Amino acid sequence: MRLEYFQMIDRFVDVDVGERLIRSVCTVPELSTVFEGHFPGYPLMPGVLLIECMAQTTGWLVSALSGFTGLPALAEVKEGKIRTAVFPGDELEFEGKVVHEGSGYAMGESKGWRKGTAICDAKLTYRIVPYPNPQFRQTLWEWAERLDFPLKEFSK
Amino acid sequence: MSTTFDKVAEIIAETCDIPRENIKPESHAINDLEIDSLDFLDIAFAIDKAFGIKLPLEQWTQEVNDGKATTDQYFVLKNLSDRIDELIAAKGA
Repeated sequence: MRLEYFQMIDRFVDVDVGERLIRSVCTVPELSTVFEGHFPGYPLMPGVLLIECMAQTTGWLVSALSGFTGLPALAEVKEGKIRTAVFPGDELEFEGKVVHEGSGYAMGESKGWRKGTAICDAKLTYRIVPYPNPQFRQTLWEWAERLDFPLKEFSK
Repeated sequence: MSTTFDKVAEIIAETCDIPRENIKPESHAINDLEIDSLDFLDIAFAIDKAFGIKLPLEQWTQEVNDGKATTDQYFVLKNLSDRIDELIAAKGA
């Protein structure tokens, strides 16, 4: 997890195509410039970044289900809940489900845990927008490989 | 009035908090009811679920952008209801 670069996911541990379900893990870094401001002397993972963790986890599944034909842009967060404080060093797990694949959009649900205790959840809406250029798809594929995403299952 | 329109009107009223009596067959979702594109995604989701279809929003948007169709054809509610009926019929064919 590199907060400054919005790289929230360390790796994927489960992707179930049939169930439209994905699971990721990450460890909150001990040091980050984010914690210099949030907060001085009391480093606390910003709640919006937990939302981002859920959005990225589920977004990768949306990407894959759409055959990596467009970028799932987060459009709406409903019923977003941050249930407890998260600190540097915490090991987190996230789960995302795609509940509907529409035309040019997708609906998902996501949850996060720390050692089995729920820390956050939300319902997410994505617009699927065209990639900015042909190279972008390749960039995503290379990134996916670094995250242990099972690309072969989604190759079309 | 078609059952499809009534169902669509109920969905819009509930999703966008618009009084049901203000939603008429000749209402344009965007121009008259002022539903924006994000709220329309929620409506599309509810319609997809309620009717077991997939509104082809990408195709419709492309047709409008290309000048091959007008927004009236897809977003005036009586026309939208007709499109839904066509999709239901195509699914059953």
